[in-house]
Amino acid sequence: MILVLLIAVPFAGGFVALFTARRSPQFCRWSALASSLAGLGLSLSLWVRHFTGAGGPSAGTAGSRSMVQQVDVGWIPQAGIHFHLGVDGLSLIMLMLTFALVALGVLASWRGIKDRIGLFHLLLLWTAASLAGVFTALDLFLFYFFFEMMLVPLYFLISVWGHEDRRRAAIKFFIYTQAGGLLMLVAILGLYFLHGSTTGIYTFDYLQLLGTALSSRAATWLMLGFFMAFAVKLPALPLHGWLPDAHSQAPTAGSVVLAGLLIKVGAYGMIRFLVPLFPGASFRITDVAMALGVAGIFYGAFMAFSQTDLKRLVAYTSVSHMGFVLLGIFAWNELALQGVVLQVVCHAFSTGGLFMLAGALEERLGTRDLEKMGGLWSHLPRFGGVGMFLAMAALGLPGLGNFVAEFLILLGTYRVNRPAAIVAAVGLVLATVYALWFVQRVFHGPSPAEGTTAGPGPTGAPATTAAPGSAAAPATATASGTAEKPRLTALRRRADLNRREVAMMFVVALVILWLGLYPQTLVRTAKETNDDLLRLAPPPTEEIAPNVSTDLMPLASPVLVPPAGKNRP
Amino acid sequence: MHAVLPFVPFFPMVAFAVLALAGGRMAPRIIAITGVAPTALSALLTLITTGAFLGAPPDGRVLSVSFWTWVHIGGFAPKIAFYLDPLSLVMMLVVTFVGSLILLYSVEFMKGQEGYRRFFAYMNLFIGSMLILVLSSDLLFLLVGWEGVGLSSYLLIGFWYGDPANGAAARKAFIVTRVGDTALLVGLLLIFTQLGSLDIQNTMGSAQAEWARGSGMATAAALLILSGAIGKSAQLPLQTWLPDAMAGPTPVSALIHAATMVTAGVYLVARTHVVFDLAPAAQMVTAIIGAATLLYAGLSALAQTDIKRVLAYSTISQIGYMFLALGVGAWSAAIFHLMAHAFFKALLFLAAGLVIKAMGEEHDIRRMGGLRKDLPIVFWTFLIGAASLAAFPLVTAGFFSKDLVVDLTLSSQRGNLFLWVVAVVGALVTSLYAFRVVFLVFFGDPQSTLPRSTSPQERRGRGFGKASVVPLLVLATLAVAGGWMQLPRQWGGPSAFTDFLQPVLPAPATRVGGFAESAAPQVIVAVISVAAIYLSYLLFARRPAVVAGVAEHPLFQRLSNLALSGWGFDRLYGAVFVTPFLWLTRGGRGDVIDAGVSTIAWLARLLQRLLRRSQSGRLRYYVAAASFGVIAFIAVGILR
Amino acid sequence: MSAIPMGYALGLAAILFALGLVGVLVRRNIIFVLASIEVMLNAAGLAFLAAGARWGRADGQVMFVFILAVAAAEVSVGLAIALKCRRHLGTLDIDAISKLKD
Repeated sequence: MILVLLIAVPFAGGFVALFTARRSPQFCRWSALASSLAGLGLSLSLWVRHFTGAGGPSAGTAGSRSMVQQVDVGWIPQAGIHFHLGVDGLSLIMLMLTFALVALGVLASWRGIKDRIGLFHLLLLWTAASLAGVFTALDLFLFYFFFEMMLVPLYFLISVWGHEDRRRAAIKFFIYTQAGGLLMLVAILGLYFLHGSTTGIYTFDYLQLLGTALSSRAATWLMLGFFMAFAVKLPALPLHGWLPDAHSQAPTAGSVVLAGLLIKVGAYGMIRFLVPLFPGASFRITDVAMALGVAGIFYGAFMAFSQTDLKRLVAYTSVSHMGFVLLGIFAWNELALQGVVLQVVCHAFSTGGLFMLAGALEERLGTRDLEKMGGLWSHLPRFGGVGMFLAMAALGLPGLGNFVAEFLILLGTYRVNRPAAIVAAVGLVLATVYALWFVQRVFHGPSPAEGTTAGPGPTGAPATTAAPGSAAAPATATASGTAEKPRLTALRRRADLNRREVAMMFVVALVILWLGLYPQTLVRTAKETNDDLLRLAPPPTEEIAPNVSTDLMPLASPVLVPPAGKNRP
Repeated sequence: MHAVLPFVPFFPMVAFAVLALAGGRMAPRIIAITGVAPTALSALLTLITTGAFLGAPPDGRVLSVSFWTWVHIGGFAPKIAFYLDPLSLVMMLVVTFVGSLILLYSVEFMKGQEGYRRFFAYMNLFIGSMLILVLSSDLLFLLVGWEGVGLSSYLLIGFWYGDPANGAAARKAFIVTRVGDTALLVGLLLIFTQLGSLDIQNTMGSAQAEWARGSGMATAAALLILSGAIGKSAQLPLQTWLPDAMAGPTPVSALIHAATMVTAGVYLVARTHVVFDLAPAAQMVTAIIGAATLLYAGLSALAQTDIKRVLAYSTISQIGYMFLALGVGAWSAAIFHLMAHAFFKALLFLAAGLVIKAMGEEHDIRRMGGLRKDLPIVFWTFLIGAASLAAFPLVTAGFFSKDLVVDLTLSSQRGNLFLWVVAVVGALVTSLYAFRVVFLVFFGDPQSTLPRSTSPQERRGRGFGKASVVPLLVLATLAVAGGWMQLPRQWGGPSAFTDFLQPVLPAPATRVGGFAESAAPQVIVAVISVAAIYLSYLLFARRPAVVAGVAEHPLFQRLSNLALSGWGFDRLYGAVFVTPFLWLTRGGRGDVIDAGVSTIAWLARLLQRLLRRSQSGRLRYYVAAASFGVIAFIAVGILR
Repeated sequence: MSAIPMGYALGLAAILFALGLVGVLVRRNIIFVLASIEVMLNAAGLAFLAAGARWGRADGQVMFVFILAVAAAEVSVGLAIALKCRRHLGTLDIDAISKLKD
């Protein structure tokens, strides 16, 4: 029942938000926040009930063993379509992530969204509802239904509340994902008929379709259908074109949902459907997929570095980070999968945080153009601190969640494909380059010269940039025009992150830090699922087992120096 | 003791958190107390621990505190835990003591500057990360401190962020060290995959059990670790970031060069010395890198004109000595030199900071001169530091530590005459450049062409309170007395330092007899260092005209310019890495792949433009088209 | 009964149809276009009648009645449109209506 509620609550909450908006926009916002928090509460209660105790794995067939709750109602039973929802550790993580990010999205648009507030929140909550459906659906038809349904509210979110080039971005986004989705539909139907013709049972049920015997040709084609859909979502390299446009044109909440959740559907789908349904076929493309992942890491980093639009920069970092996810999924071992789950969550928060930061900056400055920023630290120190933190998360500073995730992925990949892991590790250097460049362009450096910017760019103040030894700094600062003064004081007085934004960023930072220091919380939750999936689709490649030296003659030569630190407490 | 240890890194970290999150207005006094006291407290705790350690029998000198398992996935279970043994203890002593002295100095030095709170926050983060680095018992947890050090150096080098040049220097430091870090990361992947653990003690144990001496795996692991160490310790070929790191405030330079950051690489190699021991080839590489770096940096230092850059290159050169020591298996000698270097280099930087301040932010040593009279305390302390750096025989700590390194370079079984010669030449160069600074800055006539805004009396008083002077005096004492616990082995005196480290860092196997055993090498080194000081006196104080005359020569000028720019490494990397990167990114800004995929959209639009012509809206054409279509169909139907 | 050969009737129908079609295509006045359509309809009706007569079935005549009804409906709607067109656009030129496409 609680599973149905997870979808119904945000769905109904959307109507509440819509109908109350006319009377009181504030109430509408609060109600939207309340519905997303209710969803979060529901999923948290599930998590507390099933994952905090010392419960062993429940009995069941492979694939369902890790399911802690299921709902199965006939929908169109004649065609084998069921309303089958189920939740396990992985789904639960995604659910909690969904509602947390949507709540953050509501908070992030508290001040920025002013027209058609009701509709905005309705669409946002419906996105949450369909995402909740995607992450719980265990019937392929139902999954496809939710998978496509989530595009519609997002499309409108982008095309109505987006930035200057919103319509093109929205259409591009829609066409890309729709094309991928249709290929998946074809693959789903193909699987349905093939399964039906061999077993006589025509069903869309995921658990029954697992382990369908397929000819390798058929499996490859069907797998490619699924792969395309999820690769577009993820996005894997040549199919990433929609992402920078959609992310940069969407309103803040839309960017947060896109970066935090929508692209995670790709990762989720690959873990849940692609590999378990077609293990053999997907392991055949491992090398290609890994190459795409590594290429994505590099390409995203390169592109991020060269952007001049703040939101586009952040968007390309997603391409880079999702390269790691692709790598981890196709490494398909316990370490890598846990790394992928962690990466999904940490990236959602860190990139979501960056988008919220970019949105808040845009509210203040009226621009996303990096050329017009710079030297903001002295005016907006809280922005600076948060920006620095998120940049460090993005570049994978140890102690923050993204590092653990990336390290696990690399460790898992190293066992399967050494060159890929090593080359991907080099991508971390590029991540440093773009993350530091981001900090430099936005927060460091002299304030932009006045007069060149039409917008209310902050102007340098002599007191802030004058540093002994750096004679160049005050030169631009003294040029402060009198016309800019009023804007400047206004910017100074209340431009920095306000209490609401500080609270949002605090949550984001806390999650990233927590997962960086104690990722075990997530690891334990996802463990059962991962074990289950690995049983379903045992990795084909011979792993390099730990503790087995590849040297032929260990201890062949005498050891001269006694072992240090051995045999001591 | 177990209860005390975690607080050592904890205090600076808490200070960082408080200072970073405090926001708003904090009185400078409060900031100073919050900034300095925790580290001082850590130093005190370290002292207590040291007392306990010295009281315990050699076997009992180990302490491990485990907090929690970081992640537990299958066999992968790195712990968040501290491990204290004599090696970490020495590092901890250096970091906390030198660190708190530098912090104390900064209280006055940074007074009245914008970002006072931010400065102390970063400094505490720096010290805290370094403490995590030296205390962690797990290689992965070590990486937290390792990168934390990188982050704080980035923040501090770019402390005055208003100037893009500082930002560039900061980024360079972070990115270049990150290159090394990535190699280290790959090393961790290799180590875990091969040995099934990242716990340092376990790893070292199983490495010894499973890897044959000279085996490929051991060599690969050692080289990867070495790459990480090279990055952090600014050795060839990743040394380019350190000279530019001068962009930060002077106390930062002191901290980077003396107590933290650059010593991390030396520590890491010493910590994982078992792997290096198993890989003679990698060890040889270490020694060669050290030797090459110490010469390279020494020669560069000789040509520098910025007082801080001289010191920066001297650091690179001295770390080169440490790597040389590591390369010949003289682990504890490297650590000994590390400690002595921390004392005298911190001293030199702090003194240089006062000089720069007194000169009104003038960095160029050619424009200084005659400061001996104006700044007596600074002069004497700087002189002690320089003497220690130049290994002035018999009195300074630098002599004893460098002597140990140079001695073992020859007498260790892994050492050889070639390395020894390089080390001796390096000692000569060191004395030359160290005293070049002394003579140019403190002797001779005032050279400054800049108008001196203040009289000597005023300058003497400026920024020279107790908080500035006390650290200088303490460090000067240490720079002299710090070496007395370890006298050269030929003297038969105490060897407390190496004995203390013996359980962790075994002494290298030495050759017996011959040249190495005699007193000759030692005498040669001592004579050379004194002679070089005299030569420096001749060249830079007595007969500056000779130097000026030689400097006129075009060949020498080119050479000098080359040395000034660090032998063109920056230009090389700029051409090989930065320019292609910028070119690539600028060229690809429009997202080539997206543009490629977008041709589909372009084709569709083209087709649309063609086909819309047919939709003219004129009914007659539609009718005509329809009827001809029908006729055509019928015709096809009939005629087929 | 010496019937007219069906070929003649069909030939006449074809000629009428072609004339009507040409009228539709070349005339620009709506009234003439409507008249031409009327001719085409009647040509079709003639073909039906001829065929009905040839096989002695009533179907042809029934269809012709249908066609008459359709033609009447068509003319009434068409003339109404023509009137509206005249009133709004001030012309009966059929090409002038092409602005509807936008």
